[in-house]
Amino acid sequence: MIWSSHYPVLQVVLPLLMAPFIIMLRPARLAWLAATATSLLAFAVSVALVNLVNDSGAMSYPVGGWAAPYGIELRVDSLSAMMLLIVSGASSLALLASYRSLTTEIGEDRLGLFLSAWMLVLAGLSGILVAADAFNIFVFMEIASLASYVLVSGGADRRALPTVFKYLVMGTLGATFYLIGVGLIYIMTGTLNLADMAVRIQDVQDPILFFAAGGFISVGLALKAAIFPLHAWLPNAYTFAPHAVSVFLAACSTKVALYVFFRVDFDLFQGNLGHHAEQFSLYLMPMALAAILYGSAMAIREPLVKRLFAWSSIAQIGYIILGVSLLTEASISAALLHMFNHALAKGALFIGIIALAAHTHSLSLQGIAGLGRNHPVIGTAILLAGLSLVGIPGTAGFISKWLLIEAIIEQQRFVIPLLAVVLISSLMAVVYIAKVAEALFFAEAPTTPANNRVSAAALVLLIVVFANIVFGLAPQFPIGLAEQAAQLLLLGSAI
Amino acid sequence: MIVLSFYHYWVFITLLMMGFYTVIVKQNLVKKLLGLSLFQSAVFLLFIGVAKVTDGTTPILHPDVTNTIFSTPLPQVLILTAIVVGISTSALGLAIIVRIKEAYGTIEEDEIRDQDSAQ
Repeated sequence: MIWSSHYPVLQVVLPLLMAPFIIMLRPARLAWLAATATSLLAFAVSVALVNLVNDSGAMSYPVGGWAAPYGIELRVDSLSAMMLLIVSGASSLALLASYRSLTTEIGEDRLGLFLSAWMLVLAGLSGILVAADAFNIFVFMEIASLASYVLVSGGADRRALPTVFKYLVMGTLGATFYLIGVGLIYIMTGTLNLADMAVRIQDVQDPILFFAAGGFISVGLALKAAIFPLHAWLPNAYTFAPHAVSVFLAACSTKVALYVFFRVDFDLFQGNLGHHAEQFSLYLMPMALAAILYGSAMAIREPLVKRLFAWSSIAQIGYIILGVSLLTEASISAALLHMFNHALAKGALFIGIIALAAHTHSLSLQGIAGLGRNHPVIGTAILLAGLSLVGIPGTAGFISKWLLIEAIIEQQRFVIPLLAVVLISSLMAVVYIAKVAEALFFAEAPTTPANNRVSAAALVLLIVVFANIVFGLAPQFPIGLAEQAAQLLLLGSAI
Repeated sequence: MIVLSFYHYWVFITLLMMGFYTVIVKQNLVKKLLGLSLFQSAVFLLFIGVAKVTDGTTPILHPDVTNTIFSTPLPQVLILTAIVVGISTSALGLAIIVRIKEAYGTIEEDEIRDQDSAQ
């Protein structure tokens, strides 16, 4: 029990401390083993945290024994525990699947440095999730972002470099906007602890500065989370990053930004600013719908498989935003569940990319032609993950889409147009997944020698696809987490 | 006069917008990065500026210090951290620009775009 009270800080400190050691480890295989072990250990900690939070409610951890609001508080509740699970899980699976792919893309001599940056991303993202303090969130956000620029720039294609530069500029603008917003709230309340802010905001007479702060924070985090129309950095960043990094980033980096967005908005603004709820709904809903349609349409037109999946991520972020913008408990929990399920489906698809990349030089639709027939296991697994993304019954993706549709009908506003958009975009998803499947299974294959060695990536892919189906047939566990998290968000807005 | 008495906010906004404009308009990547740096520095000034309390002194707990109005030290500590973040961002950005120069032979954004679309 003594240990378990330290889990929130352990989640961050573990990868943070391992980062410098991993640089020194030789040969590359040892560095990879250490990074993977650290990541798995972090995953174990987050599983333990989920259990603890489920049993006994939110955990608060005063760093150094100094109590909040003067000390720095770490806080893990069901929402952050769920996100920690996604982040550390995605990192572990991506690392497990990618030793071979990393050594080809990064090279053995630089692998230690690369994995050290990976550990920093893991520490930063976990830090954002456990921090209960608006400024610490900023610092961890910058740790995670700076390290992920390094990861993306490891891509073999030279186009990775201008992409990273764009990502760096936009990421920094986003974080700085967030910092301005936090500064404005700090000016009004004199505190940085989120819970303390929420209490003190009520005493402030003139809310005009909070509207400004809300604007800065929303725009900054929307930029980080690639909410349409601020998504410009995302498609190329996912496309030209090393494949393992695509898995990690696609599964969790934008979702962590969304987490901060929801947390700050529901804790600080929803309950305390007049008309904020309507503004929140009416601004976000059109953006979400546009993101869903535009992202899906671009995915259909896209010939590069990784970028196709990236456009689909923009559409899926749209679903999450749509659910939250409806502001009912059912819709928010559907949206949060979709974060979990989308991480599973998209993580599986990008792990599929790692598995495919071992057998082809080009990841365009032509480049992967016929690979599904040569490697039926990988092909079928990618198809199943794709079906989960579309939302076919029996897969995880179906559950969250179904709950979202139920929530739309239940809340009785704009029912027909919203349902139409969800339906149309699901059909569009069928089209773009079908394009990938067609290339994999039906297109004329170039006569490459079939090499039937079982790769680690294929094994990990099978595990994740299996998880997609398990959570599609027996979804109680993630649904329970998402419902608790949704109640928590709404509770925060009710104070 | 009330507008002038808030002059440090005007400095903040002017610097912020100069930086933002540079980031958007300039094609040269180094200039873009300088704009970004300026943009961040403006925010540092916002924090530092609000920390000053009229007639406030350094917060030192000592029997000889009789002045009881203190400026708050917290924003300065925060900005110390933010400055480190800013320096890291600039350093990383410059490193990326060096690699872009090696890969493309230019650091003008439009020329890079032309090279990419020519591929």
